[in-house]
Formats: sequence, structure tokens, C-alpha cells
Amino acid sequence: MKNEVKIHEVSSSTLKGRREFLKISGLVVASTGLIMMGCNDDDNPTADDKFPGIRNGKFDLGGNDLGVLSYAYALEQLEADFYTKVVNASNFTATFNATERQVLTDLYYHEVIHREFFKTALTGALPNPSVQLLPNLAFNYGSLNFNSRNEVLATAKALEDTGVAAYNGAGRLLSNPDYLLLAGKIVSVEARHASAIRSLINPNSADFAGDDVVNTTTGLDVVKTPSQVLPIAGGFITTPFTAQFLP
Amino acid sequence: MNILKFLEPFTNENLMNGKGSRRDSFNLFGHLGKNAALAAVPFGLAGLTSSNAFAADISPTPATPIGALQLALTLEYLEKEFYIMGLASGVIPTAGREEKVFMQISAHETDHVTFLIAGLGGSGSANFVAKPTFDFTVGGTFDPFNATGIGKTAAYAQFLALAQAFEDTGVRAYKGQASYLISTPDLLTAALQIHSVEARHASEVRRLRGLKGWITGNERGAGMPAATQPVYDGEQVTTQAGFNTAALFGASAGSESFDEPLTTAETVTIANLFIV
Repeated sequence: MKNEVKIHEVSSSTLKGRREFLKISGLVVASTGLIMMGCNDDDNPTADDKFPGIRNGKFDLGGNDLGVLSYAYALEQLEADFYTKVVNASNFTATFNATERQVLTDLYYHEVIHREFFKTALTGALPNPSVQLLPNLAFNYGSLNFNSRNEVLATAKALEDTGVAAYNGAGRLLSNPDYLLLAGKIVSVEARHASAIRSLINPNSADFAGDDVVNTTTGLDVVKTPSQVLPIAGGFITTPFTAQFLP
Repeated sequence: MNILKFLEPFTNENLMNGKGSRRDSFNLFGHLGKNAALAAVPFGLAGLTSSNAFAADISPTPATPIGALQLALTLEYLEKEFYIMGLASGVIPTAGREEKVFMQISAHETDHVTFLIAGLGGSGSANFVAKPTFDFTVGGTFDPFNATGIGKTAAYAQFLALAQAFEDTGVRAYKGQASYLISTPDLLTAALQIHSVEARHASEVRRLRGLKGWITGNERGAGMPAATQPVYDGEQVTTQAGFNTAALFGASAGSESFDEPLTTAETVTIANLFIV
């Protein structure tokens, strides 16, 4: 039975806009679009409300829980964009075998779902999403050949491992336990992804959970702060943005 | 079962209060050597008729960082022993991928036991919990180590199925405990770092078994005994904070894209299946 996969780029603009999400912590979402907090005074950082938004001409991810969610949204935008290009590459069916195509297609599905989840969650949680929601970022992969199995898998591995490290590092930055649970639900899927990609690259090995990512004394996985992750991920992101309120 | 490998046990009270530096905490663990002593675990079939309650069953742990760590350690003991016994049994095919995979997983589980015991303050600490007695045959239902002579191939299939169940349970059990660690950010971070290793394990074991690395709906997957269904019940949800994860690509992709928690009680119930 042919399992036809309809490949199409899911653009955020095709989805419904704001919904009333995330009444999780009793946060009542303002439906009028009024900014609930004080104004953002660039000349007086100590008064900054740390909501995501434009500061000095660039979008800043913001701080606190909404900053962490915006950070996650940025990374998921990158992964979703990458896998969209992977599965839509001109030689996809020839470059990868059936198992690999299934894995990469699933990763495309999952990352797009993650991206749209964060977009919806943030749209509901931000007091004024029209100015506080991270915009659709632009990406550039340079000379990366999406019809090269080795290049695609190597990049996928880097993205997934970085995602795991990022979520592992972000957990402690969240104060709302509901957000922590949601991040936890996603990070294990990213780790399953990372393991599968690594196994596709080198099946006859321990690379799925290799010594390069899992500490050989403690058995602990990689962990990175936002300021460690963003320079890595930022290499593919051409839209300028800042993260001054994230460690 | 590496379910809750989180919580670096820190003896430094400041670390327990989240005030210690992470560097201090990790230096503590830099001094931990690998605990290479393999306990001589008597292996024998229980020969009991199925009974769900044993005096040695564990009780639900408190909803605190210490409680979460204690439950984690218990599950780590289980997985450590399971994989050591598996590697010693001869049922795992040698010289290829399978052996490499399970040697790596086993090394990680052993490291996690060491890590968690130290974190609880050592074996003399009031917070320490001892290793229960495990029966991986579940009263003779299974023979993952070919102890009764069902043959290596059949035994390995059971070993793989139990490994999958243990790893997938571990990932879920962690999520049920994470909120108890919010007050101890260093421990929370360590917990997350162990949890993601469990997920790497789960993915590879599932793929060794011919399944996807991720869980679809509440499917336990081909070859998984019905007794493992509780590990997968609840994984079928397609609503996350009001967002319909099935809208874009269907329920399979939606359910796969998020893993779900197990409560302390659910975790304890599953663990007690293997404790006598």
C-alpha cells in the first residue's frame, strides 16, 4: 500500500491567528491587545518589562518564561525550516532509502508541529502578540547540499543534539511548572530524533548515545545555556535578533 | 529501567537549595570513580503464581526532590541489573550493533546508579534507598535471559521487549517527577540531562526492534506483550495546552511529537511488577 506523503511547506501564515491559549497558570489573556505592562524604556534597562519585542531596532527574545518560550520557538522555526527543505529537495527519494525517508519525514512533521505549537502558545500568552511574537525568521544554509545524504544527516545531527542541549539548559529558567512539563514533553522527542539520526549515520556503534554527548562518568547528556546555543543556531538564521535577557 | 535519572545527589545543602554553583556540583562528581563492583545477584525464577503484591514492593515516594531522586534510584537499580544480567546471559548477539548498543546503555545505567547514590548522600545517608530484589521473569512469565532454556533467540526477543518497556517508562516517569524539582534547579538540570539519555536509549531499542524511535498513539508496538500496555496508555493525546497537534499531519504525527508523563503512582505500579 503506497503511503503517500503530502509534502507541503506549512507556513505560519496559513494557520489561524490568536487563540485563547495557555490559561494554564490562570493568566487571563487580554483580548484587546493592550500592553499590560509598562512601556519598554530602552534608556532605562532596569525598568524593562522583559517581554519579547523590538529593542533598538532588533527583535529581542525577552526574558523569564516568555523569553524561554520565544527561544524555543526560534529553535523550532529553524528545525522546521531545515526539514521542510530536506523532504522537498529535488532528489529526496533517491538520496535516502525508505527507512531514512520515513525518519526524515517524521522529523519534518514533528518539528513543524512543535513550531506551530509554540507560535500558538505564545500568541495566547503574550499580552500583545502583534509586537511581542517572534516574527518568522529567515534562514540561509549556505552551500549545504540538500541532495547530499551525508551533509543532510550531519546537519540534522547537529540540530537535534543542539536542541537537546538547549532544552536541557532551559528547564531551570522556567518558573511555571506547566511550561516545564511542556518543554519536558518535547525534549525527549528531540533526543529520540537525535538518537535515530546518529544511528542512521553509524548504525553499528554506540553513537546513538555516544561518548561525545553523554558524559562517560556521570551518564548525563549535553546541556547548554541560550548564549551557548544561539551562536551555533544563529549561523543559519539571517534575521538579526538578540537575547539580552537570557543567560 | 532508567526512568528517572535526574537529580544529581548533592550533599552540599546549598546545592539542594539551588544556591550552590554548578561547577562545585560537578566537581563533586568528578571525584566519583566508576563503581565497578558488580553485586552477585542470585538469579532464579520466582516460581510464584502471579501475585501483584509483595512485601518488598516499593511505596510511592513523596513529591519532593529527595522523593523524586529515591524513585529515580530505584528505577536505575532495576535497569542497571537488567542490563548486566542481559550482557552476562549470552542472549545478546555479539560482535555487532546489538552488543555495542547494550554495552553503552548498561554503562550509562551503572553510572546513573552511582550518581544518584552519591546525590542522596551515600549509602549511609538517611535518604539512601537500597536496591530491591528484582525478578525480570515476572513470576515465570518471561525468560529474557534464557534461564529456562527457551533458546537464545526467543529469550533475546523478550529481553528486547522488556528493554523497550523499561526505557519508554523511564522517559515518561521522569516527566511526572520534574515539577518536584523546580525548587532545586541544579538537580532539575541533572534530571533533564539523564532523562534525555533515556530517550536516546528508548529510540535505539525501539529501532532495533523494527519500530519507530517514537511512540505512535498508545501503540506498544509489534511483539510487545500485553502486560506492557500500561507503559503506553496515555501517549495517544493530541491536545497540548489547547493546541491540536493532529491538525497538521494527523493523529499519528501529533501524538508522536510529544511524550507524556507518568505519575508517581503509575511509575511505582510498573516498577513493582518486577520487584519481589
